[in-house]
Amino acid sequence: MNWASWLLWGFVGTIVLTTLMSASQGMHLTRMNIPYMLGTIFTPNRDRAKVIGFGVHLIIGWLFSLVYVAAFYAWGRATWWRGAAIGFVHAAFVLTVGMRLMPGMHPRMASEQQGPTVMRQLEPPGFLALNYGYQTPVSVLIAHLAFGAILGGFYAPLAGG
Amino acid sequence: MIGDCRTAALVSRDGSIDWLCWPRFDSPSIFAALLDESAGYWHLAPTMPFETVRSYIDDTNILQTRFQSPSGSAVLTDLMPVASEEAKRTLLTPDHEILRIIECEQGEIDVQMRLEPRPDYAGQPPSIRGAGRLGIKIETGEGLLVLRTDLPLEHVGASGVRASARLRAGERRYASLTFADEWPTILPPLGDWSQQAVTRSVSWWQQWVSRITYDGPARDAVVRSALVLKLLAYAPSGAVVAAPTTSLPERIGGDLNWDYRFCWLRDASLTVRALFGLGCVEEADAFIGWLLHSTRLTQPALRILYDVYGNMPDRERILKQLGGYYGSRPVRVGNAATEQLQLDVYGEVIDAVAHFVGTGGTLDRETQRMLSGFGEYVCKHWNEPDEGIWEPRSGKGHNTHSRVLCWTALDRLLQLHAKGYLRGAPVADFQRNRELIRNDVFERAWNKDIESYAARLDGDRLDASLLLLSWYGFEDARSYRMRKTYARIQEHLGAGNGLLFRYRTADSPGEGAFGICSFWGAEYLALGGGTLEEAQAALERLSAYANDVGLFAEEIDPQTGDALGNFPQAFTHVGLINTALSLMHRLGGEKPLERTIPLRQPQPSERKARV
Repeated sequence: MNWASWLLWGFVGTIVLTTLMSASQGMHLTRMNIPYMLGTIFTPNRDRAKVIGFGVHLIIGWLFSLVYVAAFYAWGRATWWRGAAIGFVHAAFVLTVGMRLMPGMHPRMASEQQGPTVMRQLEPPGFLALNYGYQTPVSVLIAHLAFGAILGGFYAPLAGG
Repeated sequence: MIGDCRTAALVSRDGSIDWLCWPRFDSPSIFAALLDESAGYWHLAPTMPFETVRSYIDDTNILQTRFQSPSGSAVLTDLMPVASEEAKRTLLTPDHEILRIIECEQGEIDVQMRLEPRPDYAGQPPSIRGAGRLGIKIETGEGLLVLRTDLPLEHVGASGVRASARLRAGERRYASLTFADEWPTILPPLGDWSQQAVTRSVSWWQQWVSRITYDGPARDAVVRSALVLKLLAYAPSGAVVAAPTTSLPERIGGDLNWDYRFCWLRDASLTVRALFGLGCVEEADAFIGWLLHSTRLTQPALRILYDVYGNMPDRERILKQLGGYYGSRPVRVGNAATEQLQLDVYGEVIDAVAHFVGTGGTLDRETQRMLSGFGEYVCKHWNEPDEGIWEPRSGKGHNTHSRVLCWTALDRLLQLHAKGYLRGAPVADFQRNRELIRNDVFERAWNKDIESYAARLDGDRLDASLLLLSWYGFEDARSYRMRKTYARIQEHLGAGNGLLFRYRTADSPGEGAFGICSFWGAEYLALGGGTLEEAQAALERLSAYANDVGLFAEEIDPQTGDALGNFPQAFTHVGLINTALSLMHRLGGEKPLERTIPLRQPQPSERKARV
């Protein structure tokens, strides 16, 4: 395995994914802000949450990209479309399983069943994260397709192999 | 008015929030019933006939409306919660929230809440749906509104939400409306949590007021004016918007309807002096920072107005879907005055910087270069015609006020240079032009026939802005020419009881007396143009024109005393504060308007203006 290539393209992929999601927020397509959601697990301080969440998101991005790399080795090659295909599955997983688990794992997230409490006030994402805007699934999907395509397209030595 | 230093909402006497733009002052409205009954509101009040008395909780911007009905009384508390930075580090709080608490004080009372949001100036239908325990969600094009309330819901439909309850003495109900556009919204619980939000907000406002050092005449009115300025200061950038509303008419039924949700450089010097004079150093420093930063894209030329981040406001357009305040059409958003030339803004910005330096601030090298650049621009352009301070849409002319402000710009730059704050300035050029301007004004602005300064060079019209000649130190308030000018202005522009029109031309037929011009008249007296007693009486007379909670609009109807124009207006409150400050200094035997810039003595903890 090429560790340097994994670190580099895992980093680039995560940055591009974060940028695309952030652009979607700016364009009012979604309110889903993964660094903010992750950061508020650790602190209620909005500014610090965004910074901490970004660091956590970067690490998670690297960890997920390991799965992508493992899949490339299993296939024996990496191409942008294979990466994008894994990205599609990744996005589906995040939107269905990940978002559903969030209220249970997040100490500051309200649940739809109990409503907000003094401790839990963050809006839960709901099915397919639709609570954050009905275009959220599309935004998440595009961002993850880009993440996978970058890894598949550039991860050496398997890219294009 | 309630607000959170990012935007503001207007609450009517009958408990209806009839104006709200979220997330900032110049965002599209969510409630605009003020401009059209069908343009959205949030009403919470007794269902039976009632009388109201309103007041703010002492030294806060938290409004309380007391309803008295035959069966009982209730108090409605309205606020946009605010919290200290320390509290924000430990609590998850909504970015934007309006909290309404209604409590029955006596007897029993039926109350009803009706929420009818109409996003984008009522140009967009809202999508409203119940979300169980999370509240009621209202999607707008800009973001998500969430209503949470413990009032029993009667109806949740496409057009709005209705809830009602019968309250007995001691019972309270809560309603919270939040807005989120960038990230998942925060859903505050109600009850004790809401009470804590009120406590935090009261404490925040009262701590802020405790920093006000003013201890002179009309203190209550001055503190209320300071609270208005604080609300109209956009906290993330330091900009102070002229007013939170658009198109409240200067003449009922007329077309003098403009969007004031922007920041005018014209107001800079007067606003900064008011803030420094009150001891609001942080706000004044932030405003100076915004002034210098916001203008970078156009320097050395300055536009006359910017939005809260220093961008050009949107192109002016008419909202045909809104009928206007009492039928006063058109309703405009954006402001076309941005294309005008106002040469006075250079003097106002540089004088604001001189105030900053006069209170211990210093200037970094880039700021010094920028100020020199402004001075060079003034030297090249001072003798050109401009639109002038009032932005008439009738064309350019050689305005006396603009010319005096060009003199002010060069005079302050020369003072800053002499005291060591400004290096590398073309001093000889500045001195030569300052003298040229002075002579030009002395020779051409003074009209011997009417024995007064005139609004335009070689002209014979009067304008209340001429009262500022003393304010800017161009001519002593006690001089023959200024006394005569004041007398002529009173004679021709006086609207009775101390009120002044700003001018009498075809530009604004039928408009009311202008709030700040009336205060300029009072301050002129405080600056030495009149006796102490005259100045004090003028301030008291004018202060009485505030509404029931101490707020002023841009103008005052001389016949009825009613507010006219956008509301509340920062400029009018600035006028009140400056008059009171000048009066306080005179009462204390000090010079009413200290303009001495101290010699530069850098200290380790100096406040520095940077761009």
